[in-house]
Amino acid sequence: MHIIAALVEDRPGVMFKVTSLIRRRGFNIDTITVGSTEKEGLSRITMTMRGDESVVEQLVKQLSKIPDVVKISELKPSESVYRELAMIKVSAPDPAKRSDILNYITIFRGRVIDASKDSLTIEMVGNPKKINAFLDLMKGFGVVELARTGIVALSRGSRSTSEG
Amino acid sequence: MKLSGAKAIVEALKREKVEVIFGIPGGSTIPFYDALYESDLRHVLARHEQCAAHMADGYARVKGVPGVCTATSGPGATNLVTGIAVAYMDSSPIIAITGQVPRSMIGKDAFQEADIVGITTPITKYAFQVTSASQIPDAIRTAFLLASTNRRGPVLVDVPKDVQLEEVDPDYPERIMIKGYVIRSGDPHPYSIKKALGLIMSSERPLIIAGGGVIASNCSEELVKFAELILAPVATTLMGKGAIPENHPLSLGMVGMHGRGEANKAVEEADLIIAVGMRFGDRTTGKLDEFARNSKIIHIDIDPAEIGKNIRVDVPIVADAKKALSILHSKLLEVGSKRTESEWIKRINSLKESFASNYTERGDGLKPSRLMKILRDCIPAKSIITTGVGQNQMWAALHFRVLEPRTFITSGGLGAMGFGLPAAIGAKVASPDRPVFNIDGDGSFLMTEQDLATAVSEALPVISIILKNRALGMVRQWQCLFCNKRYAHTDLGNVPDFVKLAEAYGAEGIRIESYESFESAVKKSLKAEMPVVMEIQISPDEKVLPMVPPGKGLKEVIWYG
Repeated sequence: MHIIAALVEDRPGVMFKVTSLIRRRGFNIDTITVGSTEKEGLSRITMTMRGDESVVEQLVKQLSKIPDVVKISELKPSESVYRELAMIKVSAPDPAKRSDILNYITIFRGRVIDASKDSLTIEMVGNPKKINAFLDLMKGFGVVELARTGIVALSRGSRSTSEG
Repeated sequence: MKLSGAKAIVEALKREKVEVIFGIPGGSTIPFYDALYESDLRHVLARHEQCAAHMADGYARVKGVPGVCTATSGPGATNLVTGIAVAYMDSSPIIAITGQVPRSMIGKDAFQEADIVGITTPITKYAFQVTSASQIPDAIRTAFLLASTNRRGPVLVDVPKDVQLEEVDPDYPERIMIKGYVIRSGDPHPYSIKKALGLIMSSERPLIIAGGGVIASNCSEELVKFAELILAPVATTLMGKGAIPENHPLSLGMVGMHGRGEANKAVEEADLIIAVGMRFGDRTTGKLDEFARNSKIIHIDIDPAEIGKNIRVDVPIVADAKKALSILHSKLLEVGSKRTESEWIKRINSLKESFASNYTERGDGLKPSRLMKILRDCIPAKSIITTGVGQNQMWAALHFRVLEPRTFITSGGLGAMGFGLPAAIGAKVASPDRPVFNIDGDGSFLMTEQDLATAVSEALPVISIILKNRALGMVRQWQCLFCNKRYAHTDLGNVPDFVKLAEAYGAEGIRIESYESFESAVKKSLKAEMPVVMEIQISPDEKVLPMVPPGKGLKEVIWYG
């Protein structure tokens, strides 16, 4: 998995410029998220993709040509921390199974954020592999609905992507 | 001082030293045109917005400064699209100013509303909308800065009608900072220069391939000096024609799908390719796996994204071609590396001799290759050639020897038929003292023929040479060679009489039926005061040869069709 973090101007249409380029040049990304940063006027776009190093390098070079992209870099997974949030609604009408689910949630350090007579809604934060593993377990109980945020990431240590 | 947004645009354009705008007014640009009415900016009224964009492009390529075109919202703006895409593919600096429906109506599917920023984002260096009149000074400065620095390209500025009417006290910036855009110094990295020097000095068979970047960087002189120093023959891409005078002993002509035999053979035999300002496009390389298999590659380009995009190179030099070539030249002189003779040059010369007979004309009828040679012999070196797209363009590229940079203007990357006439008009506006010839085909000419009216109204004596084969010739050629002569819909049927057509527009029409009459018509046209259209009947079976079939390596060339 490759993680690309871009600091972009916070103004209308910038996300379009970025995604338009990704589509036009035939890159295939797995996740993309956008949100605010520590600096006013800048947003952070985090993308993940699979593929050759050369493909990632080409994507980074092409994106950096967009005038709205202020800074862009690849974050090596080994040198960064990254997290994803998933919200999972699981079918749980049977009390016995419900307690099994609650056990798994504890093991995976998730939280129940909503419950009804027939279902539990779980919040799970972590790296995508952990979320995938938890989801595999939940499939046995019946996943009613799933929403994932995609990955956000920061480099390890005290440096900021927006420096330099 | 308060003025309208429209006037603020005109003032900003004047500060950018714009002399002429190509365009057509419409509902959403009425305020802008009202401001133009009282300004001394020249306006050339096109008859189709596509042509306005091509004119701005032709102007930009001849002058080396941004060309400006304008269109109204909706259909006016969408008509610009082909012209903008041409400029994008060929890295030509044009500024397109479009009108837009008033801000309150955007997104409501208002009359003549089109999302032109969305439409042109993939084919511009940058496209953006001005959302208040106070942004205009910065917006126009930004547009010119982006279009004319680093790798050049088109920029679109979309201005809603009510922004044009809004009162503003404009504050024009001298300089502007764009956080995400660094103007490159163009200086090469010393390490890559060192590596390149090593490859150059150990090479026995160096070959230079010059692209459009050499023209854009105005470094023909440096290129020739460098080539002479290391005794490297110079092939060019289509866009690179003019980078070296094609009568220079080291010139090999164009390389690629319709490249000259000697140029393609040199690519195969070279042990070092120095690619300058070119992007290894498929029409240049043929099948990539087989391109330059025996050679190391040094790639000089101002755009870092071009490095490694299509091909792996041994030494990348991200730099302005002019700076890179001058430094390489002076470093080589420092170490006293100068070649005076080489086996390689003897080999190149024997290749040229052995292929020479392949270009001689065979059979009856007027031959495009001979016409191109006659044209070259009859007109001054500084004359500007534009072309349509298709066979006419490739005949010009193969057989018309370009002697100066910025005198061969063609739609290279996009290959947009109809480019020739409007580009010629733009070129003539840019350089009124030089003869401008549009080498065109009948199919291509008919795509933008209405702008003869512009040339006549503006009294611009551009000369169109129409090679009339009553067919969409290049596609027909492919059908002949690769589709078993199944000529699906490439016969143009009833093609107009171009002599009468020219006369109907108020231009001069001449029917050419012999090489002699062509020669005298060309000589006479040099003094023309109004546009001229020459109609030259050629056979639809006439082919552009040699040709490397699509998807094949450069050595799998076809010489006879």
